[in-house]
Amino acid sequence: MDWQALLLSVKLSSVTVLILIPFAIFVSRFLAYRQFRGKSWVEALIMVPLVLPPTVIGYYLLVGLGSQSWLGQTLESLFGHQLVFNFSGLVIASILVNIPFAIQPIQRSFEAVPEDVCDAAACCGMSRLKVLFKIELPMVWPGVLTALVLCFSHVLGEFGVVLMMGGNIAGETKTIAISIYDSVQAFDFASAGQMSLVLLIFAVTVLAFTTSLSRRMGAGHASRRR
Amino acid sequence: MIRLKRGLGLALASIILVFGLSVMQAKAADVPAIAAASNIKFALDELSSAFTQDTGLKVRLSYGSSGNFVAQIKHGAPFQMFLSADERYIEQLAKSGGTLDDGVLYAVGRLAIAAPKNSPLQLDPELKGLKRLIDSGELKRFAIANPDHAPYGERARFLLKGFGLWESITPALIYGENVSQAAQFAVSGSTQGGIIALSLAIAPQFQKLGRYKALPESLHEPIYQRMVLLNSAGSTAKAFYQYLQTDKARQVFSDFGFGLPPGVAKGE
Repeated sequence: MDWQALLLSVKLSSVTVLILIPFAIFVSRFLAYRQFRGKSWVEALIMVPLVLPPTVIGYYLLVGLGSQSWLGQTLESLFGHQLVFNFSGLVIASILVNIPFAIQPIQRSFEAVPEDVCDAAACCGMSRLKVLFKIELPMVWPGVLTALVLCFSHVLGEFGVVLMMGGNIAGETKTIAISIYDSVQAFDFASAGQMSLVLLIFAVTVLAFTTSLSRRMGAGHASRRR
Repeated sequence: MIRLKRGLGLALASIILVFGLSVMQAKAADVPAIAAASNIKFALDELSSAFTQDTGLKVRLSYGSSGNFVAQIKHGAPFQMFLSADERYIEQLAKSGGTLDDGVLYAVGRLAIAAPKNSPLQLDPELKGLKRLIDSGELKRFAIANPDHAPYGERARFLLKGFGLWESITPALIYGENVSQAAQFAVSGSTQGGIIALSLAIAPQFQKLGRYKALPESLHEPIYQRMVLLNSAGSTAKAFYQYLQTDKARQVFSDFGFGLPPGVAKGE
């Protein structure tokens, strides 16, 4: 059991979610409420990571953020260290890969918010920010929660991107998925089995928890409507 | 609703807590990251702990496929030393200017034919057992490393061609991404065997699962395994580099089935 790799994966998932979800809330709200030219192109672009193999994204990040590219060099001089083969590089990769998983569910929730509720709130003189926090966010919580869980678990299981641009460095970029792969290659099936079981139990628990939570939320909404 | 909010708050708080804790973890002391071909894993694991015991210095080993490491190093991976499965990769790196010099040979790789315990495959250095199994139509799956980019796969293909088996075995072949994966396929029980690195077959972890026979090295080009210090190498990496060239280290390599670099007398 590689605890260091597990902790690293949990840390990567947490950081990714903390950065990605607030960003996704604003982008999703914008996409749900506004119509503009080229909107379908923007939405298509957001969905691209869903269909691209992670190795493709990993390849582009390796080449695009590596020390041979101008972008990589610029970022390196800005941050003081290079991004690929580094934890911060993995965070960037995880954010990119998970954009569709974060935006999709939240955007659907925002689209389901009845317009007249927000209008009524605005008529009562509530500021936009207050409408967002008091009216909209409580209504889109199930979507946010789904996005949060999806992204968190998805980062935990991410493999291709990390393999391509991580470098398999213990404590820095060796995530749990890579560690499982390593143990299998070293014929260490006992430890691969243990780690896989931990991930499996985690996945089932989290999914069960969110399903029940969002069901209770739905029930809450229904009773209020009555 | 309040209970729900409290639950969500709790979830968020625990995420932040875990994050905070892991940030607080002290950064690992300066221990050089070293990239190594996965076929030397078992030998190198032993050598790195011996190195730590003898000198008090530590290294961080990352195992993977040599080709992937070359790409990563070219794009700035923070490794201080690279042990390749094939010297051609080192030549490539040296040309691009990322290394201190041309490096040094540390071992010569050998091939072995291996089979899971329940396999009907008879193992022998002339591959007669393999031929019999192919002819009888019993050979369903046979593993080698990908011959297009893995040196052990390429030599396996050469050897199979040399024995006149290549055409007949092709439909049964499955390719590992590197020789370690091929080895894992070869004893997985879903193949009848495979041609892999002798250094992996000799490891005790392997022998719980399968059996093996070394193949004659005279029948294929030698697999020269070369290592090199990268430009960023510090004193610990340099010490490890020297350590791997001592008689003691060569003995370990030879215990794991590697040949010694030409010109090095066997230090018994």
